[in-house]
Amino acid sequence: MSAVRLLKSKPETRRTSEEAAVLVRDVNFAYDGRSVLCGVNLQVMPGNLLALVGPNGVGKSTLLRLIAGVLRPAQGTVSVLGAAVEALSPRARARVVAMVPQSPEWPPGASALELVLLGRNPHLGLLAWESRQDVDIALGALRQTSADGLATRPIDELSGGERQRVAVAVALAQETPVILLDEPTANLDLAHQAAVMALLRDLVAAGKTVIAAVHDLTLAAQFADEAVLLHQGRCAAVGSVREVLTPANIRRVYGAEVRIIDHPETGRPVVVNAWRSTAG
Amino acid sequence: MAEMSQTVRASGGVGDVRPDSAATARLIGLRYPWRRLVFGALVLAVAMVIAAGRGAVSIPLGDVLGVLLAGLPGVAAPADVPETWNTILWQLRFPRIVLAAVVGGALALAGAAYQGLFKNPLADPYLVGVASGAGLGATVVLLTGIPLMLGAFSLLPMAAFAGGVLAVAVAYLVARSSQGTPLTTLILAGVAISALAGAVSSLLLIRSDPDLRPVISWLLGSFISAEWSECLVLIAYLVPSLGLLLGFARVLNVLQLSQEHAAVLGVDVEKVKLLLIAAATLATAAAVSFNGIIGFVGLVAPHVVRRLWGDDYRFILPMSIFVGATFLVLADTVARTIASPAELPVGVVTAFCGAPFFLYVLRRRRTRLR
Repeated sequence: MSAVRLLKSKPETRRTSEEAAVLVRDVNFAYDGRSVLCGVNLQVMPGNLLALVGPNGVGKSTLLRLIAGVLRPAQGTVSVLGAAVEALSPRARARVVAMVPQSPEWPPGASALELVLLGRNPHLGLLAWESRQDVDIALGALRQTSADGLATRPIDELSGGERQRVAVAVALAQETPVILLDEPTANLDLAHQAAVMALLRDLVAAGKTVIAAVHDLTLAAQFADEAVLLHQGRCAAVGSVREVLTPANIRRVYGAEVRIIDHPETGRPVVVNAWRSTAG
Repeated sequence: MAEMSQTVRASGGVGDVRPDSAATARLIGLRYPWRRLVFGALVLAVAMVIAAGRGAVSIPLGDVLGVLLAGLPGVAAPADVPETWNTILWQLRFPRIVLAAVVGGALALAGAAYQGLFKNPLADPYLVGVASGAGLGATVVLLTGIPLMLGAFSLLPMAAFAGGVLAVAVAYLVARSSQGTPLTTLILAGVAISALAGAVSSLLLIRSDPDLRPVISWLLGSFISAEWSECLVLIAYLVPSLGLLLGFARVLNVLQLSQEHAAVLGVDVEKVKLLLIAAATLATAAAVSFNGIIGFVGLVAPHVVRRLWGDDYRFILPMSIFVGATFLVLADTVARTIASPAELPVGVVTAFCGAPFFLYVLRRRRTRLR
């Protein structure tokens, strides 16, 4: 099984698994007997942006749900910041790890601020009413996602990109060190895709650990520090995006012929398909 | 119908805070809307006093208040009020009105909780089989040879209560799986169990003696036999469910997101679902057991609150109690006065007012969304 190598700038300060923000060990998971993940190992150090890539239905969302503690592994352990997720109470867990679902359901009519305040739930007792501080945190989360202008707007009047910002703000209001995102750029146009990914970079710069399932390989390569390529319920490749996104890996996992070229400005890998017209 | 519009006016008359300004209101002051709740309680109190004055013997409001205040220790009874009025109010009307208010509040509270939990505006307190289960329990007791009284206790409400709780428990167990309890499956299981319990009730009715009046009157709901002891038993049942539901009101807000999202936000979704269903079922079964099935209160009251004041369950739940209680007190007043000396089942009145009003709400909602 491939172990994650974390290629940060200084290899000599190789950190141990106790310091990992997220540690997934030998995790198996099956939905009603249909095996989805088997023997997944993953180690993500604090302050990284990890892209989870792989074909549709490979178990990216399942892995995120396991890390978020919404699902429980059939075998293996998931720990976040050294604590086993299963052992945490739901509220304690929600103060450590947040997740932005792929397509959140929004109650119609609720304003963006009201929804972001729901992110304060793990910090509030049963009968507690949000304090001014909670409102400030929620407004800060909206500001961080450049959505502060939307605070009083009903969610059903917002565009897809704006809703995605609100969804991320809900997770930010939880004030967790680890944030997971399930396809945060799905259904967004080009500009909004880049904006959301840039937002994730800001979160990492602010010290958070971010794991995002990303469909678009080039997008993942541009913004992520590391990548995990899932294939048939296992990690097929783990490492820096350049190590993971190779033509051979992509051929093996996606069955697609691609070329990897360098981005003219950033030098990061760009994945393009290898199709050429045979007519000319 | 006049009473119905009175309810609407009453609940609409308080400020005009619109749903979308709730967030701004929070930004400015973070205040719980106590004033609106106090207003709701006042409207209910006024409705109850007015209702007490109406009936075969009409009693002026001032005297109703006098007699009522005389119930307090140290307050002298008004001298000029006939003794019969005193008896009529304290023995007949007050317990009946209080019972109607408590039942209306309980049904509205349960309705609001179910609507929030199932995220379905059409959910009502009888959704998951409480009503037909309770109906079956009542039918069995009324039609079989089981003695109706067990010592000082009437078996009818107990049987109805047990039937209602049993039906919901079966629906819950059928829907439950290792992956959780899908709410859609729960509703479908409730529908199937309702149909089954209804069929068994019908079968029992057909095979029984011809005098079905007590059963039918129970099934349509009525407060004819209201007594103080019933009010007390009912309130004892309601206190725990009220506490639970109000305690979980903010969590109910979180559950308006998807179940997975709520779990991510730290809600123990399965536990909360079980607790809320149990609490709402307890309230419904208790309300149903004494007075039969009274429709539309639990459906209409939360809708009125939501349409007028937005979607925060911390406010919807308590306010629904006042709106539902007011509605049922007024409906019962109509039921016992409109065809005097005969009485209509109050369920007929609530359906008569509630159904058209509900259609109006649906219609208005659609045009508003355009």
